[in-house]
Amino acid sequence: MNINWGFIVSSLPLYEKAAWLTLKLALWGISASLIIGLVCSVVLYYRIKVLERLVRAYIELSRNTPLLIQLFFLYYGFTKIGITMSENTCAIIGLAFLGGSYMAEAFRGGLESVSKAQIESGLSIGLSNMQMIRYVILPQAFSVSIPPLGANCIFLLKETSIVGAIAIPDLMQVTQDLIGIYYQTFEALFMLVVAYMILLLPVSVALTWLERKVRYAEFGN
Amino acid sequence: MLNSGISVLVEGINLQRLLAGLFVTARIALISIVIGSVLGIMLGLIRTSKSKVVRFICRFYLEVFRIIPILVWMFIVYFGVTNMFNIHLSGELVALIIFSLWGAAEMSDIVRGAIESLPKHQIESGRALGLSFWGLYRYILIPQAIRRLLPGAINLSTRMVKTTSLVVMIGVIDVVKVGQQIIERSILKTPTASFWIYGLIFILYFIVCYPLAKLSKILETKWES
Repeated sequence: MNINWGFIVSSLPLYEKAAWLTLKLALWGISASLIIGLVCSVVLYYRIKVLERLVRAYIELSRNTPLLIQLFFLYYGFTKIGITMSENTCAIIGLAFLGGSYMAEAFRGGLESVSKAQIESGLSIGLSNMQMIRYVILPQAFSVSIPPLGANCIFLLKETSIVGAIAIPDLMQVTQDLIGIYYQTFEALFMLVVAYMILLLPVSVALTWLERKVRYAEFGN
Repeated sequence: MLNSGISVLVEGINLQRLLAGLFVTARIALISIVIGSVLGIMLGLIRTSKSKVVRFICRFYLEVFRIIPILVWMFIVYFGVTNMFNIHLSGELVALIIFSLWGAAEMSDIVRGAIESLPKHQIESGRALGLSFWGLYRYILIPQAIRRLLPGAINLSTRMVKTTSLVVMIGVIDVVKVGQQIIERSILKTPTASFWIYGLIFILYFIVCYPLAKLSKILETKWES
C-alpha cells in the first residue's frame, strides 16, 4: 500500500488544531463534571432532604441516556424554546451533564468507604468538624475515589469524539472532511488514531501511576 | 408555540417510523450483546490461563478497545477497511462487528474478574472432593461466577445500548436518523419539532436503559453477601 506521507504532513496543522480543541472541551467538561459530582455526592452523603431526590433523578437521567442524544437535545432542541448556545458551550454542558453523575458516584463511593469507626475515633479524640473532614474523611475517601475518577476522565475524553455531530471541528469532523474532500481514507484515519493515542495514552499512564501513589492512604484493608 | 409542536410526534405515520427506527437500534444492540457475551465469556475463560503470552494478547485486545473511542473504531472499519480491501460493508454490519468485538473485550474483563475473585479454596475443595475439570466448572465455579459477573454484564449491556446511538454517524437509519428525517420534513410546519423528537428519543433511551440499570443494582445488593 502506498501511504501518502506528504498528505499526512500537510494535514498535521489541521489535526493539531482539532486535538487542542478536543482537549480544551474535555478539560472544561471534566472540571465542570468534577464540581457537579462533588456537590451531588455531598448532597447524597449528608442526605439533604429535597435535594437528595433531585440529585438521584439527575443521576439516573444522565447515566441512562446517550451523550449524542443529550447533545442533540441541547443543541437542536433547546434553541426552539429560546435557549440558544454556541456549539462549544453545548458540548461542555453536555459533557458536564453526563460526567457529573459518573463523578458523583465515584466521590460517593469514596465517602461511603470511610468506616463509621474512623469517624467515631476522630470524634473521641476531639477533632473538630473541619479537622475531621481534612484529616480523616478526605484522605481516605480520595484514595478510594481516585481510580474511578481517573477512569471517568478517560471516559469523558473519549466521549468528546461525539461532539463532531453538533458541528464542532473536532478530530472526527476533520477526519470525515479529509476523507470526503481528498479521499485519503487511510491517511486520515491513521492520523485520527494517532491523535487519540497521543491524547489518551499519557492520561492513562499518569492515572495508573497516581493510583499507585495514593494507595498509601488506604487503611485496614 | 411549543404545545402545538408536540403533535408532530403522532402526525401521519411519524410514530410508527420512529418505532421502526428504534427496532433497528434494538436489533443492533441485541445481536451484538449476544455475540459479544458469548465471545467475551470464552475470552474471559482464556484470560484465566497461566500462559503469559496468551494473557498478554488478550489484555492487549482489551486495551485497544479501551483506548480508542468506539466512534473512531466504526470510522476505521466503515471508511478504512472497506476502502483498503475494496469491499462494501453496510453501516449496520459495521456496527454489529464493532459492537460485538467491543462487547467481547469488555465482557472478557468482567468474566476474568469474576473467576479470579473466587476464593482459591473453592477450587481446592472441589479438587479434594474428586471433581473432574468440567465438574469443577459446572458445579463450583460457574454458578458462583455468574452471580459475580451478572451485575457488571447488565451494566455493560446498558452501555452498549447507549452507544448504539452512534450508528447514525455511519449512515444507519436508526431511531436518531428517522428523527432527523421527520424534523427536516416538518421544519416549515412545526419549527419546534426538533425539541419534541429529540426529547422523545431521549426518553425512549431512558425507558430502555433505566430498568436494566435498576436490575443490575438490585442483583448487586442481593448477591453481595
